Amino acid sequence: MQSASIDTTAVPATGTILPQSGRRRDWKEQFFKILFLLAAIIGVLSLAVIAYFIFQESLPAFAEAGVSGIVTGTEWLPPALYGILPMIVASLASTIGAVAIGVPVALLTAIFIAEVAPKWLANIIRPAVELLAGIPSVVYGFFGLIIIVPMIQEWFNVPAGNTVLAGMLVLAVMILPTVIAVSETSLRAVPKTYKEGSLALGASPMFTIFKLLVPAARSGILTGVILGIARALGETMAIIMVMGNAPAMPGSILEPARTLTANIALEMSYASGVHASALYATGIVLLVFIMMLNGTLLYLNREKAK
Amino acid sequence: MMNKISIKDLNLYYGNGANHALHGINLDIPARQVTALIGPSGCGKSTLLRCLNRMNDLIEGVKIDGLVTLDEQDIYQNVDVASLRIKVGMVFQKANPFPMSIYDNIAYGLRAQGVTDKKTLNEVVERSLRSAALWDEVKDRLKSPAFGLSGGQQQRLCIARTIAMEPDVILMDEPTSALDPIATKKIEDLIQTLKQKYTIVIVTHSMQQARRISDRTAFFLMGDLVEHNNTNILFSTPADDRTRGYVNGDFG
Ligand SMILES: Nc1ncnc2c1ncn2[C@@H]1O[C@H](COP(=O)(O)OP(=O)(O)OP(=O)(O)O)[C@@H](O)[C@H]1O
Ligand SMILES: [Mg+2]
Repeated sequence: MQSASIDTTAVPATGTILPQSGRRRDWKEQFFKILFLLAAIIGVLSLAVIAYFIFQESLPAFAEAGVSGIVTGTEWLPPALYGILPMIVASLASTIGAVAIGVPVALLTAIFIAEVAPKWLANIIRPAVELLAGIPSVVYGFFGLIIIVPMIQEWFNVPAGNTVLAGMLVLAVMILPTVIAVSETSLRAVPKTYKEGSLALGASPMFTIFKLLVPAARSGILTGVILGIARALGETMAIIMVMGNAPAMPGSILEPARTLTANIALEMSYASGVHASALYATGIVLLVFIMMLNGTLLYLNREKAK
Repeated sequence: MMNKISIKDLNLYYGNGANHALHGINLDIPARQVTALIGPSGCGKSTLLRCLNRMNDLIEGVKIDGLVTLDEQDIYQNVDVASLRIKVGMVFQKANPFPMSIYDNIAYGLRAQGVTDKKTLNEVVERSLRSAALWDEVKDRLKSPAFGLSGGQQQRLCIARTIAMEPDVILMDEPTSALDPIATKKIEDLIQTLKQKYTIVIVTHSMQQARRISDRTAFFLMGDLVEHNNTNILFSTPADDRTRGYVNGDFG
């Protein structure tokens, strides 16, 4: 904040070299400050514009069906009924299932790569996991369709394997790379001196991992989990391919269901009027969930900074 | 005088043999005395210290031959590393309390051995903190984070943590090098009390410190144990010219 104190008009008329270079530096400083600000504004502005337009577009639906009619309504029958509770349930169920299955696997993998595996093995697993992160979601959809869906059909003897369970399993795999990468990084960031201190006390490597290293990396691991949840909640393509997409309330995880994201993607191309507006309303609900997750993330990061 | 630890023809190589860091070391460490390891930077003091509780096992590519015995028992043969490290505790150069409460720091090692009884843990925590001359300073805030302690207090906490395991030997690697003179004095006084019960091996860069607190001193130079003797003798009438040069401050 020294720009105020360097007042270029106060440079003496005799003009020495120093104030002149000072003036040039001052100009550059300003230029870059504005550049940074512009870049930052683009991001924030996009967020504001997106939020504003989705909100604007969703208003007719909320006006016709009411907030509770949409959020707690159990029937989706456009153009008569716009209840998206089944979709909220499907989104939450598939995400919770994905986290319940994916996070333990991811955490164990992260621990394995960071602490247990010999170097050469870690150097094979780590890039493989990174590759997993780069696979497009439509390919995960294929994987679900070819392997998981028929498997569920056979094992549970259901008419169609396109079920909430299939969605959970596919999402579980999809969140692995995020959770693994973030957890591993935070495990590696735990000071080596902790581990040395623990082993020097005669604690076993496993005790050291679970009672010292993992708790020390806790907030980083939780960040990974939340990023994973966000990914699962926002996933669309793979879910459409494996979950059956029936807009009715699923009675169990062995029934088909439609997530919030799938609802938007499936119907947006032909919807109009209040129907289209109801899809924007679906987007608003999704946005609220994501914002809640981000709030948690922000809180965790502040905890970590403490 | 009984020897607690005996080191015979110990060679250590880093990097799969690339770096011969300890050259045929022979050294006896008597029980309930303070043995100081001195020598210029990089001469292998820490390396030798870490051989005594097998912390070098953690470093990839380390090769060791020779014999190290604790109570006449080879610590590299048929020995459970965990129980060895309980018997031979270690205090590090930089205090490394765990990110948990003062109480949990002390109880950590016992919990790792499956001790869960509250009463036992309470007793051990109090006794260890008293032994480390820290009890009076922290007794009202046992549940607060160990990071809130000063550097000197943290180091005494680490000593207390080691004592909690009821070791026979305590290894200390420059435990006061990051501390001010007053905190250093406290730890030196503590070492004097602790030696009545424990065998202490301490690495130090300060010859004054070695003189003040140790009974025996071993002088190392580039991986060789040049000379070891009663501390007074080693400092007053060193047998080797290199020792004389070092203790007179000619190099190092
Ligand atoms: N982890 C390691 N890997 C490879 N070489 C090492 C390692 N640790 C130490 N060395 C080498 O072994 C030699 C002795 O190191 P050591 O740390 O034991 O010295 P030191 O006497 O403790 O020195 P200082 O007084 O600086 O602590 C040095 O040449 C050092 O470079
Ligand atoms: Mg050292």
